[in-house]
Amino acid sequence: MVSGLINENPTVYERKERRVRTDSTNTDEFSVEPIDQLEIFDHIRDIRDPEHPYSLEQLKVLTEDSVEVDDGKSYVRVTFTPTVEHCSMATIIGLSVRVKLMRSLPPRYKIDIRVAPGSHATEAALNKQLNDKERVAAALENPNLVEMVDECLSPSFDDA
Amino acid sequence: MDLMEKNLELVEVQKLEGHTDRVWNVAWNPVSSSLLASCSGDNTVRIWQQSPLSRSWSCKAVLEETHTRTVRSCSWSPSGKLLATASFDGTTGIWEDFGDEFECISTLEGHENEVKSVSWNASGSYLATCSRDKSVWIWEVLGGNEYDCAAVLNGHTQDVKMVQWHPTMDVLFSCSYDNTIKVWWAEDDDGDYQCVQTLNESSNGHSSTVWAISFNATGDKMVTCSDDLTLKIWTADISMMHSGEGYAPWTHLCTLSGYHDRTIFSSHWSSDDIIASGAGDDAIGLFVDSEHDSVNGPSYNLLLKKEKAHEMDINSVQWSPSKENRLLASASDDGMVKIWQLETKP
Repeated sequence: MVSGLINENPTVYERKERRVRTDSTNTDEFSVEPIDQLEIFDHIRDIRDPEHPYSLEQLKVLTEDSVEVDDGKSYVRVTFTPTVEHCSMATIIGLSVRVKLMRSLPPRYKIDIRVAPGSHATEAALNKQLNDKERVAAALENPNLVEMVDECLSPSFDDA
Repeated sequence: MDLMEKNLELVEVQKLEGHTDRVWNVAWNPVSSSLLASCSGDNTVRIWQQSPLSRSWSCKAVLEETHTRTVRSCSWSPSGKLLATASFDGTTGIWEDFGDEFECISTLEGHENEVKSVSWNASGSYLATCSRDKSVWIWEVLGGNEYDCAAVLNGHTQDVKMVQWHPTMDVLFSCSYDNTIKVWWAEDDDGDYQCVQTLNESSNGHSSTVWAISFNATGDKMVTCSDDLTLKIWTADISMMHSGEGYAPWTHLCTLSGYHDRTIFSSHWSSDDIIASGAGDDAIGLFVDSEHDSVNGPSYNLLLKKEKAHEMDINSVQWSPSKENRLLASASDDGMVKIWQLETKP
């Protein structure tokens, strides 16, 4: 029987332990802590895959190393790895990551989203689309796409 | 007098607050330079007016409840009486200024999806629009609030970002996500528009999305800007076209690179030959041809760069048509419109 799923049997990995990132030697509660890789990863690790009941972290679409951040320059780049090379859900995954970061990071941040080099059949086209802010703005006014993105961003059922 | 030798600065005159989402585009009224229109992701257009007494700007009107999605661009007719608005809802609105209020007098429908740009020709007899549906449409202004589709131009292979009529001739230019600029022209008076030239990477053109096109006052030069982080200047022998000798092709004159480190969304050529650029790095750049008298040909140099002109991406920069003072308007993702003045440092 054909299930209609792009990737019927994805490999599921263990989630990484959640580290507490607060520096215990810093007792000044008013000091500004720069945004780091782990903080950004925490914002996006629980985004749900569009077609499986697993998080992007569990499918290794995202790892901590997917995040490159320069807080001084207010710049972040997220590189994700679709589970299969012809994944048609890659646009929804990229949009979900972008929307989550737009909602979580200060507005000064510049965000680039891309698929890992060699991980997708239409890599260049996908990267161009995900970083064209006019296309992103138009997509986020499309109720069907917004519904799919919201589904990916809804809190997952097994999270405490 | 050489601008490069003067000590100039771009001074913020006023910040116009009101839009509740990113501002995509600003347009100065070509007849009354005390009127400015801006359009936004909040689905509205705002008309800003400068008080003749206090010289300060305030919102005169909010054009709403017509477009149901983002208003991506707006353009005044040459008479300054009509404002055309292009929206992601797939329609183009035509608004008339009745003095105390603006009324939507016509809605142009036809594009399959988001309309991204609208432009009037020099005489106000034609409108052009473009869309994500890859097409460029030419509309004939019939009078009596009637607009007739005169041509549907196919040729771009992707989403068309902007259309711009030439300032003195009925030649239409479009730029696209397909990295090209296309020139559309009707050789005969029958109005049969054809693509007569495509400026792509092999003609020294852009290597990524081309976002905007602007002409100098005489129309023999144009500037384009792109996601490839460059501005490019092009030139054509338009006297040849004016004398009816046929199409004069555009050729690459120079490339300005290294001035912005994010996508350049807007570039605009002032009536006194200063090119402004606005980009995703939150900065505004100003460029002039410092060698225009020399035998070596033109050499465009950075006059100044205003870092952090806005708190977020700059989507549009437009020079005021007024020759009295050098005013520049900018629009940003931060929801603000700003008015700037180019001044000599005291």
